[in-house]
Amino acid sequence: MFLPGALLLLIYHYVPAFGFVIAFQNFVPAKGIFHSKWVGWDNFTFLLQLPNFYQVVFNTLYISVMKVIAGQVVPIAVAILLNEMRLRWVKRSVQTLIYLPHFMSWVILGGILIDILSPTKGIVNQVIRAFGGEPIFFLGTPSLFPYVLVGSDLWKDFGFSTIVYLAALTSINPNLYEAAVVDGANRWKQIVNITLPGMAPVIILMATLSLGQILNAGFEQVFNLYSPTVYETGDIIDTLVYRMGLVQAQYALATAVGFFKSIVSLLLISTSYYLAYRFANYRIF
Amino acid sequence: MVETKSWTGRVLSTANYVLMIALSLLCILPLIHIAAISFSSNLAASSGQVSLWPVDFTTDAYHFVLGKPDFLHSLAVTLKRVAIGVPINLLLTLLMAYPLSKEQRVFPWRTAYAWFVVFTMLFHGGLIPLYMTVRETGILNTIWALILPGAVPVFNVVLVLNFFRQLPKELEEAAFIDGAGHWTMLAKVFVPLSLPVLATITLFSTVGHWNAWFDGMIFMKSPEHYPLQTYLRTIIIKLDFTSLGSEDAIREAENISERTTRAAQIFLGSLPILLVYPFLQKYFMKGMVLGSVKG
Repeated sequence: MFLPGALLLLIYHYVPAFGFVIAFQNFVPAKGIFHSKWVGWDNFTFLLQLPNFYQVVFNTLYISVMKVIAGQVVPIAVAILLNEMRLRWVKRSVQTLIYLPHFMSWVILGGILIDILSPTKGIVNQVIRAFGGEPIFFLGTPSLFPYVLVGSDLWKDFGFSTIVYLAALTSINPNLYEAAVVDGANRWKQIVNITLPGMAPVIILMATLSLGQILNAGFEQVFNLYSPTVYETGDIIDTLVYRMGLVQAQYALATAVGFFKSIVSLLLISTSYYLAYRFANYRIF
Repeated sequence: MVETKSWTGRVLSTANYVLMIALSLLCILPLIHIAAISFSSNLAASSGQVSLWPVDFTTDAYHFVLGKPDFLHSLAVTLKRVAIGVPINLLLTLLMAYPLSKEQRVFPWRTAYAWFVVFTMLFHGGLIPLYMTVRETGILNTIWALILPGAVPVFNVVLVLNFFRQLPKELEEAAFIDGAGHWTMLAKVFVPLSLPVLATITLFSTVGHWNAWFDGMIFMKSPEHYPLQTYLRTIIIKLDFTSLGSEDAIREAENISERTTRAAQIFLGSLPILLVYPFLQKYFMKGMVLGSVKG
């Protein structure tokens, strides 16, 4: 039973995973992996001398740290507020609508964002103009671009991320709330003293797990929204790998960047899984 | 939570409803806006008169889009991809999750196999080696390049195996005593009991295949093999650079008349999800939560 899946994983995950060796070669596609010359760490030293490499690493971290923070705080708040809603049908409709953007591709959402944020014809700038403001070129202004990324990522996923927190809320013992009311606690006190502590294990779990994703600033999103104008603030490791590797055909260099990212990610994910196991008793299986 | 019927409590509760409804509108209004543009006339759309309701209603944009051979080609590729890819994903998920959900004594070396599977979530060789592997296996430019590299959705395997593990052991023992083998067990006991999680991963895998565009872009040499989202990417991702120079301004002027067509393609590209999602939505809360967050 196990075999067919294992074979496919072997071919399409393990073989490429060993393909990282071309990062240590002066890789020439015509010669292939077995006949290209080995160059040791040359590709890596070359990368470290590229001035924009540091910029790209910084962009990646900057964008993804903001995403992690916003992507935790907002869903927790929304889950608590949803939990306060008594009218079931309203609650359920709200849930259905806020999950929706998660299921759209970044091509579709990118298309929508490009249209509504357009400086000339977008509805957002029409509103800004109606209030007497200057139109803003959201996707073409380097200083704004990272915030557009964080904002639109939040828009796509805040709803879907509430699911785990809502699940955590359903496991809180209702008797605690009754006891609190008897003791004269108002809703705010109930949230601070019962709801939040009740969610704490899941919050810790999600926070530690998100640590492992810190080098993933969102390839699909950035790729569909960026342009040369905003490379300076918007280029991330994955988009750099794409341009170096598949556009400029610098296979060895691109693989070296990818390998660097994979190794650091592996360390981060292992650490975050270990922490999640220690502090939240989480196991993958 | 227990209701406290104070005056401030009521105000806060109302504010909460308003806020939550505003948030849900925020998620749906951009899509409605795009739909409204797609049903408006070019003139109305380019002069910025359209907000949430079509102006000068017309279906011209849809006639144009649906008459384009490229669009229909890529739609066919995507439909084929979903039709082949989703059953393969489901089958392989079940076949891997079932043995992995067993105890070590039933499936020797279970932990080692489980790590073999999970490791693929943790470490990737990167884009270039993957591309080379796909090329070497000779599936470049065929539908299999879109299906085989992702044929085993490891995350789904983990979801399903966790779901399997919390099914009552007694059922399994009873079925074994009645003479069931592992295949019968999987098909007649585990699968019927796991419908919420199976509905969830079916939704995930269908949406995944429908939405994927990057693999189409790198593994397909010729645009006529592009799946829909890859094709749409070449059409609708065009940044607005009017403010940058006259040459761009000219190109922009041409683009304006395309605005309704682009909107129509965005809307068509998201339509199947809009149609399928509300019906499967009720399952995934249960399926996902039980599978991933235990306790």
